[in-house]
Amino acid sequence: MSEIRLVEVAMRYTTRQGQVQALERISVTVPDGQFACIVGPSGCGKSTLLMVAAGLVEPTEGEVLVDGSPTSQPGADRGMVFQSYSLYPWLSVRRNIEFGLEMKKTPKADRERRSNELIRLMKLDGFADAYPKALSGGMKQRAAIARALANDPQVLLMDEPFGALDAQTRQIMQEMLTDIWQRYRKTVLFVTHDIEEAIFLGDVIYVMTNRPGRIRTTLQVDLPRPRTFEMVSSPQFAGLRNQVVGIIHEESLKAVESELARPA
Amino acid sequence: MSERVTTTRSATASPAEKRRRRSLVTTYLTPKRSIPGRTIVILGILGFVVIIAIWTLIALLTYNPDYTHDYEQLVPRPDTVAVAWADMVLHLGFLGDVGWSTFRIVAGFALAAVVAVPLGLLMGSFEIVRAFFQPPINAIRYMPASAFIPLLILLQGLGENEKLTIIWIGVFFQLVLMVMDIAHRVPEEMLNVAYTLGASRWTVFRKVFLPATFPEVVDALRITMGWAWTYLIVAELVAAQAGIGNFILVAQRFFRADRIIAAIITIGILGMITDSLFAFYHRWAFPYVEKVHA
Repeated sequence: MSEIRLVEVAMRYTTRQGQVQALERISVTVPDGQFACIVGPSGCGKSTLLMVAAGLVEPTEGEVLVDGSPTSQPGADRGMVFQSYSLYPWLSVRRNIEFGLEMKKTPKADRERRSNELIRLMKLDGFADAYPKALSGGMKQRAAIARALANDPQVLLMDEPFGALDAQTRQIMQEMLTDIWQRYRKTVLFVTHDIEEAIFLGDVIYVMTNRPGRIRTTLQVDLPRPRTFEMVSSPQFAGLRNQVVGIIHEESLKAVESELARPA
Repeated sequence: MSERVTTTRSATASPAEKRRRRSLVTTYLTPKRSIPGRTIVILGILGFVVIIAIWTLIALLTYNPDYTHDYEQLVPRPDTVAVAWADMVLHLGFLGDVGWSTFRIVAGFALAAVVAVPLGLLMGSFEIVRAFFQPPINAIRYMPASAFIPLLILLQGLGENEKLTIIWIGVFFQLVLMVMDIAHRVPEEMLNVAYTLGASRWTVFRKVFLPATFPEVVDALRITMGWAWTYLIVAELVAAQAGIGNFILVAQRFFRADRIIAAIITIGILGMITDSLFAFYHRWAFPYVEKVHA
């Protein structure tokens, strides 16, 4: 079992303008093998929430439980993929993928078996010994996902991983990710502002409100698995999308209004 | 009639010619557009040719026929300087001076780098170290290294220590802040990824943070090495028994502008050699760095 729970997580910052409530008592439980997506307007604190889940940021209140036990430090049990790829430019693609295994002092033969498998799966064949500078954006992100998966984390945290990619690459990446998920059945917490991406990938969607960030709605995505590209044009998909678009639109309007109301 | 036609033709260019001319303008005068490689080489050589031409021109214009020897001229010709350089190397032990200067610069620079690089890395990564060191270093940075020379002569005498200290002062305070900036710029996500892959803080420092700074640190060393030459020559000009700066000072006493110019050019060449050594090392050690410009 690999479950991650965020319990009553709140986040406050003190700035020169005073206190900012970034997150307000958020509770999310991602059970074993679920693909959960968090969608929300930009600046709603969804990335912060993921940083809290990773243990990279300490929440003002609340706690993070992995399989029931509280954690406050980052660790190999929660792998993370960032929007900016963050591959290590001085390591080859293979050594990037094996980085976590090297930390664990996994024997070389096992490391290689694992990286070979992921290189094949992520369609990085032929680039194992290349430096990241030789890769396209999509390939870089695939390598970064492979690096996180190589470690076999209990939970995979993804912070807008496809946000920097062009629309076509994005779609291909989503299809690859859903295939990979189908294979490994990881517990995933996935943050995005792209509604269709969330519906296509997720079992459940948490829609966040504007600052202070709260979970406004939870939607179950009943699209059958395995997901395929054709589902995007199904009426069921369109229905879900309209629902989420409506909520987010409302929230974005609120955000604009509160910005206008705030004295400069 | 026919004459008129030809004149109008030559005055107003044909459309094809206009297009060609415009394309020349767009090729060479569009900001930031790269030009053909051969043109770059030709222009680079041309730069030298023009400088030498202007130099020769000035030499000829200021020529004073009262002097018996060419080298007595206040502005000697390039070929006179070339002869002087050969004479310096063959008969005046100039290479010994070059050796002394090179030794001082390598030693002084190495002593500065050995302290500045680790301290800069620590300052860039630990707020607590930065808060302590940055204000005084920032202040000292604006005190010119050459202004310390009289004080250092009082404290250390005229020996090698004084020369090395001046280079150290000149390099250290600049370099440490450059390295601090480099360390500070390492993307936080790069470190965060390592934590989520199970790395400890020490491992993140050693395996991610340090390698992430290396290429730029070598760049910073390359730049500050260039500055080190300036401080060295100043130190040698003030007081030294040997070295290029000392050679220049002696040449000045004997009104030998030709030797001064030859010595200055030698410094330039030495600087270019060290610079290309650094560039070569950079390319060899960091093949993974994405090239910003060619």
